[in-house]
Amino acid sequence: MDALWDLLRHVHDAYGVNLVHFYDGFERGRLLRGMWTTVKLAAICIAFSILIGIVGAWLQTSRLRILKAAVQGYIQFFRNTPPLVQMYFFYFALGPQMPRVINDFGVPQPMFGSFEWAVLSLSFFAGAFNVEIFRSGVEAVQKATVEAADSLGFSRWQIYRYVVLPLAVRICLPALNNNLVNLAKTTTQAYAIAVPETLFVASQIWSDRINVLEMMVTLLTFYLLMVGVFVWAMTRLERRLRVPGFGQ
Amino acid sequence: MTAGSVPAPLLTPRWLATAALLCCAALAAGEAWAQLQTGGTRPGVLATLWKWTPLVLFGPPREFGGFALNIAVSFLAMAIGTLAGLVLGLGLVSNFAPVRRLSWLVTQFFRNSPWLVLLFFVMLLTPFQLRVAGIVIPLPGWLKATVGLSLPIMANVAEIVRGAINSIPTGQWESAESLAFSRLQTLWRIILPQCVKRMIPPWMNWYAILTMATPLISIVGVNDAMTLTQDALAAEQRSELLMPMYTLLLFFFFVYCYPIARWTIHLERRYAVRN
Repeated sequence: MDALWDLLRHVHDAYGVNLVHFYDGFERGRLLRGMWTTVKLAAICIAFSILIGIVGAWLQTSRLRILKAAVQGYIQFFRNTPPLVQMYFFYFALGPQMPRVINDFGVPQPMFGSFEWAVLSLSFFAGAFNVEIFRSGVEAVQKATVEAADSLGFSRWQIYRYVVLPLAVRICLPALNNNLVNLAKTTTQAYAIAVPETLFVASQIWSDRINVLEMMVTLLTFYLLMVGVFVWAMTRLERRLRVPGFGQ
Repeated sequence: MTAGSVPAPLLTPRWLATAALLCCAALAAGEAWAQLQTGGTRPGVLATLWKWTPLVLFGPPREFGGFALNIAVSFLAMAIGTLAGLVLGLGLVSNFAPVRRLSWLVTQFFRNSPWLVLLFFVMLLTPFQLRVAGIVIPLPGWLKATVGLSLPIMANVAEIVRGAINSIPTGQWESAESLAFSRLQTLWRIILPQCVKRMIPPWMNWYAILTMATPLISIVGVNDAMTLTQDALAAEQRSELLMPMYTLLLFFFFVYCYPIARWTIHLERRYAVRN
């Protein structure tokens, strides 16, 4: 490894290609921590947004009209307003209203930090799309299947949990993939509320070390790799979950 | 949105009226609470919102900015993105393999990169002015930001174009060939005119997404509605204004984007391919 760092240091001295974020231990450390934060942020948001999608789609099958209207209002609000303004709203407007907790040093601090607010706002944003996606999957499940489960004495939640949802997930997986990829890319917005994710750390490094171009290329490569790995994994999942007897 | 998905049930006028009523009630309650807290010595929340509304909507006097700038940027970025996307989309269905592969690479690159990273890329790596044959052409920030936003639009429009061309039955190509149309003639006179209808709903969907991405330009220092809202909040220094001001901004975007979304769903239904 050290030989590689020496080579990169030589490349910098000889050709002026400044890859300091690889060969300098300090910069490398904070870049890697930033990348880890991005992966963590994306993973947590994906999990929460899927949860919101499943619960929301279930609430939409409810017979209570007020419940349906509330879910519909949530979806339309989050789908038709900018995700960045949503994030600012959560962090700057809702943040100060939250109760404070005493931390280990005995000093009161806000209940949620910027990372938690980013998780909340991004999950609610992507969740609104997921509800619609799951709903379209639920509606595509054949009525006869639901009626069969009903006649076997399944309760409404049991039908959703054991019959409708497993089929619906398989039907809407491509659309879900699209939205989750979009969510992974939207995590860059957490930059705006100073979450130390990849873009934020990269901008610190390029301001300190004046290597904007090299840092940008590294940044784009990282995101393309991350999205690529995710898409690859989801395509494999899609193949694993394929229902026999449908499609080609 | 996928072509097969069923549109959401339309929000009834009664639902909208209820929502409007709830908003008004919340505003009135907030107003009363703020007055109670400040002992009625400061101007009310509603009056303050009203005072800043022209700034947030149209920018400072004799300057172009605010929400109007967001809309202008969205129009311009959509125009640039659509033109470039058409060319790129035709490249995706080219018969010449190198062009096809290169177009595919460009499309994938711009579709899979985060918008904000592309925006930084264009903002930081293009010069602030161009010198062409002794004439200095300034490149203001908002123009660079517009180009930055049009890049992902270009890639996604290219995908829409490719999808639409592929959705036209092969028989159309074959009959055009048997009538001695050249490839260019077939594309221009037979295939593309039929594509337009199919491309409109997804194209509008991307316009709405672009409009909702325009506040990103505030991060790179353009005087848009987001920047001005924060400026107004900094000038007021009143914490009870935080929620109403951000809500007002969300409200502006909602009022603009919601009808577009509804209209898109309407067109999607109308143009749906019937089997």
